[in-house]
Amino acid sequence: MDEEPLVRWDWIGRNWPRIQPLLEDHIVMALVPVVIGLLVALPLGLAGVRWRRLYQPTVGVMNVIYSLPSLAVFIVLIPITGLATRTTVMIPLTFYALAVLIPAVVDGLTSVPDHVRQSAVAMGFTPLRRLLRVDLPIAVPVVLAGLRVATVSSISLVSVGALVGRGGLGYLFIDGWQRQFYTPIVVGIVLVVVLAGLADLMLVLAQRLLTPWARARGSA
Amino acid sequence: MNWLIDFFGDPANWSGPEGIPVRLLEHLEFAGLSLLLAMLIAIPLGLWIGHTGRGALLVVLSANAARALPTLGLLVLIVLFMGVGTIVPVLIPLVALAVPPILVNTYEGIRGVDPDLRDAAYGMGLRGGQVLGRVLVPVALPLILLGLRLAAIQVVATATVAAYVGLGGLGRYIIDGLATKNYPSTIGGAVLVALLALLVQFAFVLAQRVTVSPGVSGRQDIR
Repeated sequence: MDEEPLVRWDWIGRNWPRIQPLLEDHIVMALVPVVIGLLVALPLGLAGVRWRRLYQPTVGVMNVIYSLPSLAVFIVLIPITGLATRTTVMIPLTFYALAVLIPAVVDGLTSVPDHVRQSAVAMGFTPLRRLLRVDLPIAVPVVLAGLRVATVSSISLVSVGALVGRGGLGYLFIDGWQRQFYTPIVVGIVLVVVLAGLADLMLVLAQRLLTPWARARGSA
Repeated sequence: MNWLIDFFGDPANWSGPEGIPVRLLEHLEFAGLSLLLAMLIAIPLGLWIGHTGRGALLVVLSANAARALPTLGLLVLIVLFMGVGTIVPVLIPLVALAVPPILVNTYEGIRGVDPDLRDAAYGMGLRGGQVLGRVLVPVALPLILLGLRLAAIQVVATATVAAYVGLGGLGRYIIDGLATKNYPSTIGGAVLVALLALLVQFAFVLAQRVTVSPGVSGRQDIR
């Protein structure tokens, strides 16, 4: 490998037909678990606020799940969901997303100041109306902060799936390692980081759009 | 479950250079050293940034950027670049993984201390360093420990990847098992890593009980 440049950028152009499906696969495998996670975490978080006593043990279980190494979970799932399938990668990622999102929803909903809640009650808001017009909007920033963590970690974690045959851009790492060739590895890392950065940026923008009052007060 | 008995019941898996005790020690070496290095970098930096308020933007930016770095890619790249002679190539990605949670939580912990408390400490005549050491750090300790715990768990879990580039650790059972379609070994290795991660989690809960002052831990459940 002497006199070889670290990265041969023309490699990207020539191999784009091979990279593009990996990129698409990566996006699907990273984002579907986060979307499912959010859809599940909202009702579960609401239940968690309502039944605090059930929520505490749930957090314990979530912590345990979060501490399981992704590679280990992928492998345990192989006999059930098959080698090199999207499902094998997406199931653990869904649980990681839940482990971040459920506490975020609960923390967001419980961060509503008491006097705000009492004002809503005094104004005659029904519980549903209070939830939609008061509690949820105030919870948005905390939920979105959790969503950012879940999304960025998910995008990064998909690549570990390459070790069980389906890791989107992670395949480029394996490819580069097997051929002892820097370029695919660097390209893979750059694409993963850019993807995560773009997703994060979009969520920051969403946060700005969804919480105009925070901007008006100058606190975010 | 038979797979587990096949793996853990085999005496050959318990002795020699490929045995579970040796692999476990290798794993702990990777994880422990990386965590130690990350602490040496992140805790002083976090304390300084939290205390002076300088460079807060650095923390915010580096935190999410570092979360995005794929460890597997970083590892194969560095090993390819430096060769596999020492364990340094493994430590770099693991340290990169561990620094952000420690840095962010240390910074947030210090910055989140009640300003009245801080002002009272100054009012009593303590100097900057004393305020940091005697007031801010003890109050921020639960968050600092949380950061360490998150970092430790991630490092223990991710150190498995070292086996992919031919180094030791518990990941060997997983990666070698996958390569040779030896499922008892793979699952056994996965179970060992998971148990180790849970043990680490538990150790931090204990450490928190011991080190955090009762007055501070009154408001528990900080995440």
